[in-house]
Amino acid sequence: MIINFLFAAIKAGTPLLFGTTGEIMTEKTGHLNLGVEGMMFMGAFMSFFVAYHSDNLVLSLLAAFAIGVFAAFIYAVLTVSFMANQNVTGLTLTIFGTGFAKFFGAMMIDEAGGSPKLSTKFLNAISEKSIPVLGDIPVIGKLLFSHNPLVYLAIVIAILCTVYMLKTRSGLNMRAVGENPGAADAAGINVTLTKYLHIMVGGGICGLGGAYLSLINGGGIWNNSSVVNGQGWISVALVIFASWNPAKAIIGSLVFGAFSVLQFYVPKNIIEIPNAFYVMLPFLITTFVLIVTSMKKSKEGSQPAGCGVNYFREER
Amino acid sequence: MERSIRMKKEPLFHVVKKAEVSYGKTVMLSLLAVVIAIIAGGIFILAIGQNPFEIYASIVQGAWRSKIAAKGTIKIAIPLLIAALGITPAFQMRFWNIGAEGQIIMGGIFATYFALFLTGLPHWLLLILMFLAGAVGGGLWGLIPAYFKTKYGTNETLFTLMMNYIALYMIKYLTEGPWRDPASSGFPKIASFVPNARLDQIFGVHAGWLIGLILAVVMFIYLKFSKQGYEISVVGESTNTARYAGMNVKKIVIRTMFLSGAICGIAGMCQVSGAAYTLGEGIAGGVGFTAIIVAWLAKLNPIIILIVTVLFSMLDKGCSVMQSDFGLSPAVSSILQGIILFSILALDFFNRYRIVLRQRRKA
Repeated sequence: MIINFLFAAIKAGTPLLFGTTGEIMTEKTGHLNLGVEGMMFMGAFMSFFVAYHSDNLVLSLLAAFAIGVFAAFIYAVLTVSFMANQNVTGLTLTIFGTGFAKFFGAMMIDEAGGSPKLSTKFLNAISEKSIPVLGDIPVIGKLLFSHNPLVYLAIVIAILCTVYMLKTRSGLNMRAVGENPGAADAAGINVTLTKYLHIMVGGGICGLGGAYLSLINGGGIWNNSSVVNGQGWISVALVIFASWNPAKAIIGSLVFGAFSVLQFYVPKNIIEIPNAFYVMLPFLITTFVLIVTSMKKSKEGSQPAGCGVNYFREER
Repeated sequence: MERSIRMKKEPLFHVVKKAEVSYGKTVMLSLLAVVIAIIAGGIFILAIGQNPFEIYASIVQGAWRSKIAAKGTIKIAIPLLIAALGITPAFQMRFWNIGAEGQIIMGGIFATYFALFLTGLPHWLLLILMFLAGAVGGGLWGLIPAYFKTKYGTNETLFTLMMNYIALYMIKYLTEGPWRDPASSGFPKIASFVPNARLDQIFGVHAGWLIGLILAVVMFIYLKFSKQGYEISVVGESTNTARYAGMNVKKIVIRTMFLSGAICGIAGMCQVSGAAYTLGEGIAGGVGFTAIIVAWLAKLNPIIILIVTVLFSMLDKGCSVMQSDFGLSPAVSSILQGIILFSILALDFFNRYRIVLRQRRKA
């Protein structure tokens, strides 16, 4: 049962891992994008739409990534170039993205004359498959090597982002921009370009999280009302929990995923805890982490110093 | 690595902050922004194969065409207006209170307690108690992040954001647990309020609109003419200036956040007592987030907030006829809101900055 529980936790945590990795990229360049929920919604719709019409997994994921990049581009234009308030722009993006998915989702339902359903061929491509040999190892095989392909994609992206952030020159530049754009500018880093690039890539990754929700969690059927359902906001919370580090986000998403499925695994006759408590848990713990890191005044595990403040070159 | 040193040309243009902008010019630019935003929305409508004029006309009509429709529009406007007014002092102080949603909910929860368990009180006393309870509930919910911000510098944007969901799931807990209506079989819900605990109607709409209007005027005077309002502005401009001037910044932050949360809590009280007659998970339903946008668009001016709120509610209500009239999903409302807001946010740039082109060097 423990194995089943952990397996379900990984499955539930993966969309969060996408969203969190994307948001970490964004926040590390100094921009708090509250549009994760909206970008996920847009990614969810686009991936499903393309999957429905093309039956091609790669195309579907590319579409989700592309629409995420597009949404983040709007955000970047407004906050980086036009220096609009980041919170307000992000919230607007959430409203826009949610509307976008629901509007075109309703159109898709109309066109299909009922809830559109993905083909068995496509569902087969994204189904859980045990990797030969490795998947046959007891316990570990089931836990680590028999997931759907998107789980591995999420982990690979998170690891790549960590390596990029911590080990490469342009990753260093990006962190410099997030901490102190003025100093980065003086050092000859192109602040505007760095910000645009990472915000957009971050948005694309969030879009992939949406794809996971509509393709995997949706069970192949488009559900117009509850595709994303707050997962974007949990991702924003997870960024704090993971202390702005994608590698820690892998563990964090597992923990948060575990919370979300915990209520189905805790035997009701032994400990009776209201269901609401389980769903509240990620937010309670995040708040706790937020307070503790601020009490410790640690520079390591806290938000990039330049986050939330737009950079205006002539105001230093 | 060797890098050749080149003389770079001066960039084609650079951005300069505007000093004082005259009031008339700001108004003109803002109106222009609204017009351009509406045109941008029209282009979207055109792109989905509809006539923008017809759609816009039917949105306005849909919001006001009958008494029932007009009442619906006002009903949407009430919580939005009150919550936007609540956010205003916090934002004026540059305290990014993203937690209006949670503060609305807490106000609703506190008010609901009285509505459920003290039904025997006289009507007016019960309503006053609910009103105060709502304000205290929302206020406390705003106080917590303010306390940690002043004490440890905890990031208030993220803190208030988290508090929203803690509040939301508290409703879930109450609905499924202690406050569950034993009379309702099946899906758990909280019992409907007895008529004694319902907000009275004035001209066919619950009295929340009157509360909203009064609050708008009070907030306008409070921010513009009171000492506390002035302190809020100074802290917003620069905490250091405020400290040098001998102001107690911590006290001001905590007091203002209590006020901000309390007003949002009143919005929650109006929702449970005037609109829903019960407490449900949809009680705030994103109003807290939209309110932030409304307050910001209105440049934190309570009177303009009133106007923007009405426009937003019109768009929301008017789009509900899209399904019957054009076969379009009412979600078109969110898309239009998004497009219009994006345009206005972008164009606001020209209110604050101007672009200086590269000048030809004179020989």
